[in-house]
Amino acid sequence: MRRLRALLRTPLGVCAVVLLLLVLALAVAAPLVWGAQATAVDTDAIQQGPSGAHLLGTDALGRDLFARTLVATRLSIGLALLAMLIGVTVGTLLGTAPAVLPRRAGRVIVAVVNIAVAFPGLLLALFFAVVFGVGTTGAVLAIGFATAPGFARVAQTLSASVAGRDYVAAARIAGVGRLRVLVRHVLPNIAEPLVVNATIGAGAALLSFAGLSFLGIGVQAPSYDWGRLLGDGLNRIYTNPAAALGPGVAVVVAGLAFNLCGETIAAALGHRTPLRRLLSRTSAPAAPVPAGADDTDPVLRVEGLSVRFPTAVGWAEPVRGVTFTLGAGEAVGVVGESGSGKSLTALAAARLIERPGVVAADRLEFAGRPLLSAPERELRTLLGTSLAMVFQDPTTSFNPTRRIGRQLAEVAQEHQGLGRRGALARAVERLAQVRVPAPAKRAHQYPHEFSGGMRQRAMIGMGLMGTPRLIIADEPTTALDVTVQRQVLRLLDQVRRDTAAAVLLISHDIAVVTQTCDRVLVMYAGRIVEDLPAAELTERARHPYTRALLAVVPDLAADRDRPLGVIAGRPPEPTALPAGCAFAQRCRYATDECRSADPQLTPVGDDHRLACWHPVTDSGADTTDARISVEGSR
Amino acid sequence: MSTLAFEDVRVRYGTHRSGLTAVDGVELTVPSGSVVGLVGESGSGKSTLARAAVGLAPVTGGRVLLDGTDVRRLPRGRRPVQLVFQDPYSSLDPRMTVGESIAEALPRRAFGGRQAFRDRKARHGEVARLLELVGLDAGRSGALPGELSGGQRQRIALARALAARPEVVIADEITSALDVSVQGSVLNLVRELQRELGLTMLFISHNLAVVRYVSDYVAVLYLGRIVEVGPAERLLADPQHPYTRELVEAAPSAHGSLLAAPDSPVADAEPGDPHRPPAGCRFHPRCPVGPLVEEARSICTTVDPATVAASREHRAACHFAAAVGDTDTPVPNSVVRTGFPSARSDTLE
Repeated sequence: MRRLRALLRTPLGVCAVVLLLLVLALAVAAPLVWGAQATAVDTDAIQQGPSGAHLLGTDALGRDLFARTLVATRLSIGLALLAMLIGVTVGTLLGTAPAVLPRRAGRVIVAVVNIAVAFPGLLLALFFAVVFGVGTTGAVLAIGFATAPGFARVAQTLSASVAGRDYVAAARIAGVGRLRVLVRHVLPNIAEPLVVNATIGAGAALLSFAGLSFLGIGVQAPSYDWGRLLGDGLNRIYTNPAAALGPGVAVVVAGLAFNLCGETIAAALGHRTPLRRLLSRTSAPAAPVPAGADDTDPVLRVEGLSVRFPTAVGWAEPVRGVTFTLGAGEAVGVVGESGSGKSLTALAAARLIERPGVVAADRLEFAGRPLLSAPERELRTLLGTSLAMVFQDPTTSFNPTRRIGRQLAEVAQEHQGLGRRGALARAVERLAQVRVPAPAKRAHQYPHEFSGGMRQRAMIGMGLMGTPRLIIADEPTTALDVTVQRQVLRLLDQVRRDTAAAVLLISHDIAVVTQTCDRVLVMYAGRIVEDLPAAELTERARHPYTRALLAVVPDLAADRDRPLGVIAGRPPEPTALPAGCAFAQRCRYATDECRSADPQLTPVGDDHRLACWHPVTDSGADTTDARISVEGSR
Repeated sequence: MSTLAFEDVRVRYGTHRSGLTAVDGVELTVPSGSVVGLVGESGSGKSTLARAAVGLAPVTGGRVLLDGTDVRRLPRGRRPVQLVFQDPYSSLDPRMTVGESIAEALPRRAFGGRQAFRDRKARHGEVARLLELVGLDAGRSGALPGELSGGQRQRIALARALAARPEVVIADEITSALDVSVQGSVLNLVRELQRELGLTMLFISHNLAVVRYVSDYVAVLYLGRIVEVGPAERLLADPQHPYTRELVEAAPSAHGSLLAAPDSPVADAEPGDPHRPPAGCRFHPRCPVGPLVEEARSICTTVDPATVAASREHRAACHFAAAVGDTDTPVPNSVVRTGFPSARSDTLE
């Protein structure tokens, strides 16, 4: 609703609504105001041109054409809406019937609709007009039935997608009848797009109706609508053009009103928010410090990284001042709940944050090059050959229409200038390196012929086409089964040892990270709250959040007779962050200090950084609290 | 509460030629008042089995029995088996308040002494009771799903399943769409409800640790067949089937060693393809103790080990699993059984 209101403030929205209200008001009021004038026969003023007394001139009986055009609004609009109503009702019934009827009857209806859709609408309308007879009723039915198949198709597609949702299955399991499912679950969820279509369709119906009347098979004398007026006026187009143009303009304006309204509603429902205004108000990102040549160049150096997105209620900052470095051959894991900013941090490092997102950093360097200020062309080559990405969903990370081998080869052709044949040979070689069985054969297969684990291997292989210095793996095994997960993690580890590339592994699974990484960064609400060696995670973690994360995941040694640990509450929204420590409201150690002052990430020992006012000091103490309980078995 | 039994259940999708047998002769009993955990990788047929039990997937062979009655022959309107779906974001109608969603599942007709909820007031009261049962404020009944977090939605989905007065609840990967911090509280709730109401449950998950935590018995599914089943603790402590052993070893834990790679010819084998199940033992192309590793074991490529599974410890479908009696306490036959009908007649009861 808020979105609709916002849209109504745009010029297009205002135009649409004003036009539609004008047309509807005319439809109601015109016959009352100008009714007498429109029917008054004046034999003294037959077939006059435009004048002060008759704006559009007069017709063969001396009736004022301007008044007649205005009065015709009611009939034109009314008939168009009536036809649309018939079309929508019949269409929706036909479209949703297959969901309710037995399978065989449903198929017959689908087939009938499919055939009907194949005919052009106007042809159907003419056919029905002949069937129902010439006249107003016939025309309304004709246009109504002619638009029905289109609607039926839309309703059918929409209801089929809703019918496949789990909540419909759940209702069926709960014993809700088919008709009830249709009325309670399917119809409400397809109503919005249908309304949009109907509104736009009303404009089309208006035009069709004018067309039928114009051809003389719509409204019959003495009734008149715009189409009829247009038809009468056209005979005299050379003597009095206004007589035809007047009703023509009326048709265009009314049609526009319906269409624009439909578009406005569609835009409001289509989740499109005007963000441009918000963006133009923002300051430019902080100027990056030019890269000083460090002697011990880390692969990735991130200082004070922040990522911001505009939202309806202002700026959200899901990554707030993240600082870490990644050395060659080092494996660093990032853990945290969804929304903690772990993926965005990685995407920012790979320059994959798209507008309207804004990335700012005191320093963001990859292989010694500043990512925020270096020339675009140079960065493309650098990132293309030295950075490898592995994404969570292996089903979407490859182009489904191209062979795997070619997709890998493309990288070498683009960045290393290899020929087509040479690039493909290298692709096969790399597939073998990531242990894809029968690589030469596999290179000629399409992504759908690869299993999830094989696709992740191929993705890693793609990263190896260049000489990767950094592999960013964003939840690479979340969609995989445990046995395959182990294979992929082993492969990543092996590649790291072979190529001395650094690995940034993002995962929600703290156990996976602990086992595969040298160092662990724990993120919460856009900040790193703890940074420590993976080997020390279970014994020496000091942030209450890290401790809690370790406690909530059951492993094969968890005590089955005790409830699992729980972190009460949920993370703060990135648009409504509290003043102090973001974890304070869920933390049992929180004091007033925590709620007022935000702790900074500071070193607390060798290779250990921490952002907490009251770190947990004694491992093993205070472990019985129900909110953050650490099982005795650990 | 009642016993849910799968008898040689087979679910086949598609046509004769290009079809897919997702579940292939599953024998599994969920004893009254207990929780059976079902683990397996994607494509193993876990969800299909669940959907078959509630009538969402076609049972093309065998029967699903509730206390001896085929679930397809139950009186109309009675829905004693309820399913809780994986994704709480798609299992609740976004346009219905959560109260309406729960109320929809309340029985309208009385069955065998069970109450029916006809009038508005009774329904309202029952919805409030169910919300409190799953740890939510009764006042939230007017909320739309969009206003709730994933964990809260999953609680609503549980309440809806309980509203139908089920004899059996099937939970299909109910925590895999949730954050780890929320997963714990949902698992705690499931265990609490199960103990409080004495629910019979089939708990499906790909996460062995989660299944172990909730279940009394664990069944392992591989390519549409149950390869091992037994009491949870014993099965995981002493797995008989090599696939179960793989699962246990691959489960991430803070103390294990995922990267210590045994260099085996099957270390990088692909998971099985349900469209083309291998002959003989379906696990043999991936088996670390199978024919690809130990050449003498050619029996695995030709003979289906399921036929005499009942004679082995944990009813393991493996030619080289220990026979019953080789370890300390045998699995009680009356509780959990698997295998094939031919094997059943001579080895059970």
